[in-house]
Amino acid sequence: MTERPLLPATTRRLFLAGTAALLIVRPAGATPETMAAAIRQVTGGKPVTPGRVKLSIPPLVENGNAVAVTISADSPMTENDHVTGIHLFTEKNPQPNVIGIRLGARAGKAEVATRIRLADTQQVVAVCEMSDGTFWSDKADVILTLSACLEDPV
Amino acid sequence: MATSARTLINVPPKAKRGDVILIRSLISHVMENGFRIDNTGKPIPRNIITAMVCTYNGVEIFNATLHPAISANPFLTFYTVATESGTIAFKWTGDNGFEAKASAQITVE
Repeated sequence: MTERPLLPATTRRLFLAGTAALLIVRPAGATPETMAAAIRQVTGGKPVTPGRVKLSIPPLVENGNAVAVTISADSPMTENDHVTGIHLFTEKNPQPNVIGIRLGARAGKAEVATRIRLADTQQVVAVCEMSDGTFWSDKADVILTLSACLEDPV
Repeated sequence: MATSARTLINVPPKAKRGDVILIRSLISHVMENGFRIDNTGKPIPRNIITAMVCTYNGVEIFNATLHPAISANPFLTFYTVATESGTIAFKWTGDNGFEAKASAQITVE
């Protein structure tokens, strides 16, 4: 009795071609795990609680090359209670880190804005460090139609 | 290599003591992320600004570490308390010895 292949040949070929295509298209990038590792590196393993931070980013982005982001933290910004660090991470960019900011009570208001690149539809996480050593986070999902980072050079 | 990048900073020229003022900064830079490939198939080396530091009369008030995921021509806004008249100075540093400086005067009443 001849052994029957598990899949018809065409399906298998299609499957292999599909996998190969996926392997080519998907560059080695950050994953939710590497993002978690990058966050751990910043927090030193301390727990990160959701809240006290607000990450403003458009939910639907047409061009991933310049996405306006505003991160603000709920803090009185006094000498005893202020924000000391603001960090931004992405899940599927080639690298998880986006920006790391150090500030102090002299900021008066814990709010920063910048423009970032996004490579894929993904989750973006902002982490804030307070002067009492606690970490707070906020996350946002962004849907992207044109990817940055890997497009052809102009 | 001292590069002459175009910078644009926006600091209010006058403020009342204790006011929280908005500072905006923009610098021209390609922020080549190092993940792209040129027409001949060779990877384009990374060339980004890695740090921006802002000082107020010599005291550091804001320090940002930038990664390749920051858009070309990095734009950053933040706040500070107007404490005294003086200079708000910016310094950007990056790959290949990139360095740029800019400063603005503020009068605090």
